[in-house]
Amino acid sequence: METITPTAAEATAPKPRRPSVISPGVDAFAIGMSDGASFLKRFFVEALWRPFHVREIIKQCYEVGYRSLPLITLTGFVTGIVFTKQSRPSLAAFGATSWLPGLITIALVRSLAPLVTALICAGKVGSNIGAELGSMKVTEQIEAMEVSAINPFKYLVVTRTIATTLMVPTLMLYCSFVGMAGSYLNVHGKEGTSLAKFLKAGFANISFLDVESSVTKSFVFGFTIGIISCYKGFNATSGTQGVGKAANASVVMSMFVIFIEEMLIVQIINWIRNW
Amino acid sequence: MALNPPPSAEVDPNAVISIRGLTKSFGDLDVLRGVDLDVQKAENVVVLGRSGSGKSVLIKIVVGLLVQDAGDVTVFGQHVHQLKRKDLDGMRRRVGFSFQHSALYDSMNVEQNLEFPLRMNTKGLSQGEVRDRIRDALEAVGLAGSLKQMPSELSGGQRKRIGIARTLILRPEIMLYDEPTAGLDPITSGEINDLINQVQENYHTSSIIITHDLTCARHTADRVAMLLDGRVLRIGSFDDVFDTDDPRIKSFHDYNFTRRDSP
Repeated sequence: METITPTAAEATAPKPRRPSVISPGVDAFAIGMSDGASFLKRFFVEALWRPFHVREIIKQCYEVGYRSLPLITLTGFVTGIVFTKQSRPSLAAFGATSWLPGLITIALVRSLAPLVTALICAGKVGSNIGAELGSMKVTEQIEAMEVSAINPFKYLVVTRTIATTLMVPTLMLYCSFVGMAGSYLNVHGKEGTSLAKFLKAGFANISFLDVESSVTKSFVFGFTIGIISCYKGFNATSGTQGVGKAANASVVMSMFVIFIEEMLIVQIINWIRNW
Repeated sequence: MALNPPPSAEVDPNAVISIRGLTKSFGDLDVLRGVDLDVQKAENVVVLGRSGSGKSVLIKIVVGLLVQDAGDVTVFGQHVHQLKRKDLDGMRRRVGFSFQHSALYDSMNVEQNLEFPLRMNTKGLSQGEVRDRIRDALEAVGLAGSLKQMPSELSGGQRKRIGIARTLILRPEIMLYDEPTAGLDPITSGEINDLINQVQENYHTSSIIITHDLTCARHTADRVAMLLDGRVLRIGSFDDVFDTDDPRIKSFHDYNFTRRDSP
């Protein structure tokens, strides 16, 4: 190989500052998008090749799923009760309180449960991943993996993103169930509706497409939370401030992208429904 | 007799690490401006320099954590920046890197910190063999009793030792130490210096030791390379390197070793 040896003049000459193409802000945004796209591409490349670190994926599924259960249980249950309480007066005005189970089930399965689960996971899991990887980055733990011939992207990013992708849909189904349980308790208390009647009325109003689209949506939300949080953590700048920023940016950007995805996916589902 | 390093020349075929004409900039800041350095087998080379002079950058380029702007680095005769991922990992398994702040995995205890790289890099080791390797590595650094401790429960010196044990567990042929005594008291620093020498003696490793601690340099160096203004200004034995009238090198020495009488 040819050895590249700069002359003394080359080595000591000051480097010209690269001018902004449009403006520093726009340039930074474009560079960020490009970095993000490279990160995404790398995820798919690394995820397809061995080793798969199955044990670490299971561990992360436990961290994401099991540890989020209390919060999802509480939020789902309260959402079910509150939504039922808020909907009752409107339906009662038309003497249609018997529609409550159907209304609640549709609202929970189609929209509330996926969105509530995704937002809770973005807050809890996203910040956790962003802070953990950010902290590992600034304390050189990621570099320590690299020099030990361990691929940190595969071990940290791929495993966590797969875990969130798998666990958010699972938590969404659980959240729907808990929300319906909360709603049932309220409906049973007020109208004396039996469980069998509640479930029959509820499930009569949803189709396979409703459940399937919500599960698909949750897969997308889970992937979004995982990949954005890992990206922010993996690219944390040095210092404790960098860790805080990474955790914060993980949550904010995940939520922002989830809302955009929700809007797009609802349009697509409605289009399929009318097709 | 201290030598001024020769200008960039051909790669030394006998050197385990050979660095030629290495340059690296960060934005407008030129950190390395043409570094030449060879490390021979079982030799400890100490790279001395001021804070921010690019010492750590140098060894990060050696293991491929950073990519140089120009110049060449060969490790075991392989051009580092040309290696594919698989070959780079193969090279890294033969090189141990001790980080300035130890970089222990803080979610794992000491045993898991040592087991993790071993499990990831060796196939077919029984549980007993893994335990033996961990015990050997911990005994080598004098911390056999700290298996279940978390990194947060260790002192600075202990963390350095565990960091070194974690690299020793893969039985490296080259050790790269980044500021091994930074932030430690003189007694603990002395123990780390002894440990570096023991590692060289017992494992026959070649080492680059990055430091600005002249006591560390004097105790561990077979050769000292003085890095100033992005270049190796002088290289040779400790005494030869400091046998100069260059005020920059003299002030570096005097700060550490000259007793300042009170006025």
